[in-house]
Amino acid sequence: MSEIKITIDGKECTAKAGQTIVEAARANGIFIPTLCHFDGLKPAGACRICTVRVGGRNMAACTTPVAGGMIVENDTPEINDMRKSIIEMLFVEGNHMCPVCEKSGNCELQALAYRYLMLAPRFPYLWPRRGVDASIPKLYKDGNRCIQCLRCVRGITIDGKKVFGLINRGGKVRISHDPKLSASLDDEQAQRAMDLCPVGALIRKEVGYAVPIGKRKYDDRPIGSEVEGA
Amino acid sequence: MGRKITIEPVTRVEGHGKVTIQLDSQGQVTDTRLHIVEFRGFERFVQGRPYWEAPVLVQRLCGICPVSHHLAAAKAMDVIVGAGTGDGLTPTAEKMRRLMHYGQIFQSHALHFFHLVSPDLLFGIDADPAIRNIIGVAIHHKDLAVQGVMMRKFGQEIIRATAGKKIHGTGAIPGGINKCLSTEERDEFLKGSDPLNTKKMIEWAQGALDFFKGYHKKNAAFIDNFAVFPSSHLSLVGKDGALDLYHGVLRAVDSEGKKILNDVDYQDYLKYIGEEVRSWSYMKFPYLKSVGKSDGWYTVGPLGRLNTCDFIPSPLAQKEFEEYKAYTKGKPNNMSMHMHWARLIELLHSAEAMQKLLNDKDLLKNDLVVKGKRQSEGVGLLEAPRGTLFHHYRVNEQDQIVMANLIVSTTNNNEPMNRAVNYVAKEKLNGQKQISEGMLNAVEVAIRCYDPCLSCATHALGRMPLEVKLIDAEGGTVDVGSK
Repeated sequence: MSEIKITIDGKECTAKAGQTIVEAARANGIFIPTLCHFDGLKPAGACRICTVRVGGRNMAACTTPVAGGMIVENDTPEINDMRKSIIEMLFVEGNHMCPVCEKSGNCELQALAYRYLMLAPRFPYLWPRRGVDASIPKLYKDGNRCIQCLRCVRGITIDGKKVFGLINRGGKVRISHDPKLSASLDDEQAQRAMDLCPVGALIRKEVGYAVPIGKRKYDDRPIGSEVEGA
Repeated sequence: MGRKITIEPVTRVEGHGKVTIQLDSQGQVTDTRLHIVEFRGFERFVQGRPYWEAPVLVQRLCGICPVSHHLAAAKAMDVIVGAGTGDGLTPTAEKMRRLMHYGQIFQSHALHFFHLVSPDLLFGIDADPAIRNIIGVAIHHKDLAVQGVMMRKFGQEIIRATAGKKIHGTGAIPGGINKCLSTEERDEFLKGSDPLNTKKMIEWAQGALDFFKGYHKKNAAFIDNFAVFPSSHLSLVGKDGALDLYHGVLRAVDSEGKKILNDVDYQDYLKYIGEEVRSWSYMKFPYLKSVGKSDGWYTVGPLGRLNTCDFIPSPLAQKEFEEYKAYTKGKPNNMSMHMHWARLIELLHSAEAMQKLLNDKDLLKNDLVVKGKRQSEGVGLLEAPRGTLFHHYRVNEQDQIVMANLIVSTTNNNEPMNRAVNYVAKEKLNGQKQISEGMLNAVEVAIRCYDPCLSCATHALGRMPLEVKLIDAEGGTVDVGSK
C-alpha cells in the first residue's frame, strides 16, 4: 500500500492510501473523537462527532479517505465547540441518567462529555418518551439511552442476517430487532452487542455492575489517551 | 379566637415537611401534625427497570445513608437470583457488605451526634442560634468538632473501599459483591496513622459516649422527661437475639417489654406490617397488624433496637448496653432523648464491629458471587442508621421490576415523631402568646431525636429553614416569622 503525506493540525503525518482520516490520525497519535465508528465495521458517518475541516469544508473523518497533500483541521476551538454541541444534542435528545446507568465509566458518550467539558447542555432537554424492551432473552434494550449510531445494526449478524435494524424516519428513528434472530443470541454475541454499543442502550442481562468503580475503562484516563499515549 | 401555627418546611428524608400546631382561643394546643409534603415516586419509576439496577438506582433516595438502600435492595435481589435470604452469600460477600454497612452506620451516627445534636447539648436548646451550630462547636469545642469530622471521614473511607465511592457506589450486586478488600486497604484501616485507624475510632466513640453520659448526669431532668411517651419498638435482631444491623429476624416489643412480634422471617413482613394512609401526609403510617391501626405503631432506630435485642456482640458496647438497660431496670426505654444515648452505644459497636471484620481474612478472598434458582419476588431488610428499612420487589420473567414497596426508617417513625411533636408543643406552647425561637427549636429537638435525614444539612449551619405562620381561626395570617 503506497504511503501518502497529509497534514493534521499542522503536523505532517504519513498515511496509507485507502485509510480514512480517522484511521490515519490514530496511526499518527492524533485523536479524532468518534461514536458511530468501530474498528472493523463499515463506516456509517452517522453521528458527525468526527467532523474535521478539509479545504474549508466540514467532512466526516470516519468516512473520508485520505488523499495526498490533504490539510486537515481537527483540534481547533471552533471544531471542538461544534463537537461539544453534538454531544449536548445527543444528551438532550435522549434520557441519559448517568448516575444509575451501569455503562457509566465505560460509556463513550459520557467520556466524550467529560473530555469536551460539557457542564450543562446549551439546548433544552426534550425528555422524549422512549420505551425499554426486555423481550430479548440475553439483552436489555433501553431506548432512552440509544444514540442511533448503528453499531449494533452493522455489527451483530447471525448467518449473515442482521439482528438489529432501523424503523421510522427522521427524529423518530429507532433501533428495532428481529424477535426470532435476537432470541437466538448466545452469551458471547450478547456481550459483543453490549461492547459494540457506545452507551448503555444494550446491556447484558443478569451481570450488571460486575466491574467495580476504579476498574472501569475511563475511571483513570480520559477517552483518547489510548491514542495520544498520555 | 383560635389560631394555627405552621412550621414549614421542616426537613425529613431529603424532603420538605411542615408542622402545624392548632391552638384554641385560650392558646391551648388542640392538635399537632407533622405533614410530609413531598412525593418522591421511586416505587413507581423503578418499574420496568432491570432488577440488577435496583441497588444502584434506589440508593439515590438518600445522600446520607444511601448504603442502606443499596444493601437492602441488594438483599432483596439476592432472593431474586436464588442466593438465599441473607445467609446464602459467600463469606467474603457477606462480610464486605457488613463492613460497608457498619462504615455507614458509623459515619451517619457520628454526623448526627457531632454535627447536629452536640450544639443543643453544648450550648442549650434555647441558646443563640448564631452559636448553636457546628461552627460554634468548632470555635468553642475544637477537639470535639475535629473528632466528628474525622470519624465521618473514616466511615466514608470504609464505604469507598467496599462500594467503590463514598456516596452512591456500586459494590453490592445481586448474589454478592463486585470487589474484595486489598491487604493495603485493610492495613490502612487497621494500622493507619492517627487518627484514621480503628483503635482511635473506638477510643473516640467511647469518648463521645462518656461525654453524653456526663451531660445526662448533670441534666437528668431534661434528658429523662423530654418527649416521653409509651411506645412499642421494632427492629431486626440476630437469630440469637444479638443486635444485628445487617441481617436477622423481625422482633417487636410493647412498651412493657412483652414480645408482640416474635422473631419472624421478614420475607413474610406483609403478614405482620400494614401501612395506613392519612389524607394530610404523603408519608404512610406503618402499624403491626396484630395490634391494629390505632395502637399498632412502633418506634424504630437506636431506641427501638436496644429495646428489642438481648445483647450486643462486641465487648465495650455490651458493657455500655448493660449500664443503659440497668437505667430502666431492663424495661423498654421510652425516653426520646435517650435515643442519643442508644445511638452512641451503636456508634461504639460499629467501631468494634469494623475492627473485628477488618481482622477477618475472608475479606481478602475473591469468591464474590453466588446464584441459584431464579425467583420472582424478594424482600430485603436491614437496620439503617435511622431504623428498620424494608425493600420489597417483584420481577417478571423478562427481568423487569414490576412492583416495588419501600418502607423507610423515617416512615416507620412517623407516628412516634408526631407524638413527640405533640408532646413538646403542649409542653412549650400551651398558653404562650409569643412564639420564641427557642420554642421552635424545642420542636426540632424532638424531631431531631429520630434523626430524620434532611434536617441534617441545614441545621448543621444553624439555619434550619423554618417559617412560622400564625393564622387565626378564619385562616388569616396574623404574623410570619422565620429563623
